[in-house]
Amino acid sequence: MKATLNIQRGALGETPRVETFDVAFEHGQSVLDGLRAVRRGVDPSLAFRFACINANACKECMMLIDGKVDYACTVRLKEGTTTLAPLPKKALIRDLVTEIAPPDERLWR
Amino acid sequence: MTASGSGATHLETDVLVIGAGGAGMYAALEAARNGASVILADRSLIGRGGATVMAQMTVAAALGEQTPDHWEHHFADTLNAGRGLCDERLAALLCEDGPHRLREMDAWKVGWAREDGHIKQAQAPGHDRPRCAYVDFLSTGPAVSKTLRTQLNSADGIRRIGDLVIVDIALDDGEACGATALHLPTGQAVTIAAKAVIIATGGLTGLYCRNSASSNMGGDGYALALRAGAELIDMEFVQFFPIGHLAPRLVGMDPIMWDPFRYKLGGKLLNSEMREFEEDYATRDKRSDGTYVLTRDLATYAITKEVEAGRGSPAGGAYLSFQHVPEAEIRAAFGPVVDRLKENGIDLAKGPVEVAPIAHYHMGGIRVDDLMQTGVPGLFACGEAVGGANGANRLSGNAITEAFVFGARAGREAAQRAKAATAMWTADAARPTLDLLQSASKRDAPNPAATVVKLQAVMADDVGPFRTDAKLRKAIASIAQLKADIGDTPLSSAAAFDPVLVDWLDLRNMLQVAQSVAVPALARTESRGAHQRDDHLGLDEAWRVNQIVKLSDVGVDLRKVEPTSGKAVA
Repeated sequence: MKATLNIQRGALGETPRVETFDVAFEHGQSVLDGLRAVRRGVDPSLAFRFACINANACKECMMLIDGKVDYACTVRLKEGTTTLAPLPKKALIRDLVTEIAPPDERLWR
Repeated sequence: MTASGSGATHLETDVLVIGAGGAGMYAALEAARNGASVILADRSLIGRGGATVMAQMTVAAALGEQTPDHWEHHFADTLNAGRGLCDERLAALLCEDGPHRLREMDAWKVGWAREDGHIKQAQAPGHDRPRCAYVDFLSTGPAVSKTLRTQLNSADGIRRIGDLVIVDIALDDGEACGATALHLPTGQAVTIAAKAVIIATGGLTGLYCRNSASSNMGGDGYALALRAGAELIDMEFVQFFPIGHLAPRLVGMDPIMWDPFRYKLGGKLLNSEMREFEEDYATRDKRSDGTYVLTRDLATYAITKEVEAGRGSPAGGAYLSFQHVPEAEIRAAFGPVVDRLKENGIDLAKGPVEVAPIAHYHMGGIRVDDLMQTGVPGLFACGEAVGGANGANRLSGNAITEAFVFGARAGREAAQRAKAATAMWTADAARPTLDLLQSASKRDAPNPAATVVKLQAVMADDVGPFRTDAKLRKAIASIAQLKADIGDTPLSSAAAFDPVLVDWLDLRNMLQVAQSVAVPALARTESRGAHQRDDHLGLDEAWRVNQIVKLSDVGVDLRKVEPTSGKAVA
């Protein structure tokens, strides 16, 4: 069984491209599990935010999952294709990482 | 903000606090309250990463709200749990100042659970009476983090900077004078001049594949301290939380959430024969302290031994059952959490879950005096990053308390130093680290994300709760091999938000820290608290000593010292 992730990639100022990754699918896994599997097994340069892994405590892994804003740590991975993109209303940094910190918690304000 | 000659952004402050968990936020608030300008830096978002936000549990202090209490009773329990190795000054400070800090948090509206008009205090294992405050429902850590973030928002003189990875402490003539950092969104180097530096980066549970803290807690503060010339203490004592969630897969919840369930509802630990086994170990085993509710080290032992005897649950742990508790009672105690569990396919009234030991907390850490000063002038530490207060085993509820108490003290003392000190920053202090970052290259090398996983497996398999000479030697060799694999030159893949470079910098720290755990674990030929040797059962009175780790030209230096007695002035 496999899950396919179509991921929008690229840094600010680059033309966005979509890359496709297949990861082994196990029932119960989260989308974040799938992203971490991509980094471990295929492409470690894939950028996404997370700190707490799956407790939904840090609130950092918010992204666009199949067109809907949600947390990668709580949405279950599914068999078949899942489309991932950065948050549309936040400034893009790279890949799935956007500028989500409040302005007064940034180096450049 | 100015650009230095190297092109790096340069910042200046009185006090630099590294890490924005409970301890770091408290330190920043207290330093500012004492008149210092503060930069509070975190590699993640401010007040979102680390361990505090993950804590769903309890905070111990002798408030005397539930039942009469005195801090000396809490102190006695802390020393007892520490199995003879506590730094008594630090433990006394934790217990004596704890109630003040919990009341301060209460005034800041953290929302401690109340009953009949008083703060409700629960009884946790190892405590002689109900002493543990909490926030319903399973919200202690998030509530603590939110409360401190709110205080930071309205405090004067604190600049918060997230997405900033501190790479090294900057030194001038052996004294801390700031730090060099990597700004993740741009990939640029940042230098920070500071008259005092506080390490508040938490513990090292990220070294283990199954752990209960945030993924970014891989012991980086210990490595920062070591490279700056400071000493570490009690590094062999890693606490495993006995009933970490194992199966079925649970998303969106903290894996150590079952403890509050047990405090409130009981909850039976069962083996594959559906038989309760805790009492077997409480009454028969020579490692037992004779009490029914096992302390964490004994419960970890009991579950591991049941699994070894072939009586484990299907996923390799024990069953935890609440089926004897009426459904309405479960609902009353945990409200909305019950629905979140149902979304995960778990119905506590109908079936058990599976639990197993999980890396939870590190008793060891940076060696400090009772003013939270390391041996390096200008360098302080606080929170879980500090070693010594909890000896060989931490009492439940002491971690958040120490974050508050040690954070406040480190903040105050760092501010005092900053007032007295003159700026010592020189561009040379940052040079070695700027050169290191500059040398980062895109090259064929092992996938660093996979290397992190390999290291976590080495630590779990060979430096876990039950150790042997052979396993520890194997681990030390594996760590050396992984070190050789990643090389001395940083790996990079992109400019902005480069996880490859972050993994490489993390591995540089994690491998140093892993070695600093395995080497003293190999030397300690006895079983005490969280350090259990299958080849050296039982306490050995000759080992009632702390081991000190320091960096040397050839690796790590080990020496033994008598545990520190006496009392700090709170």
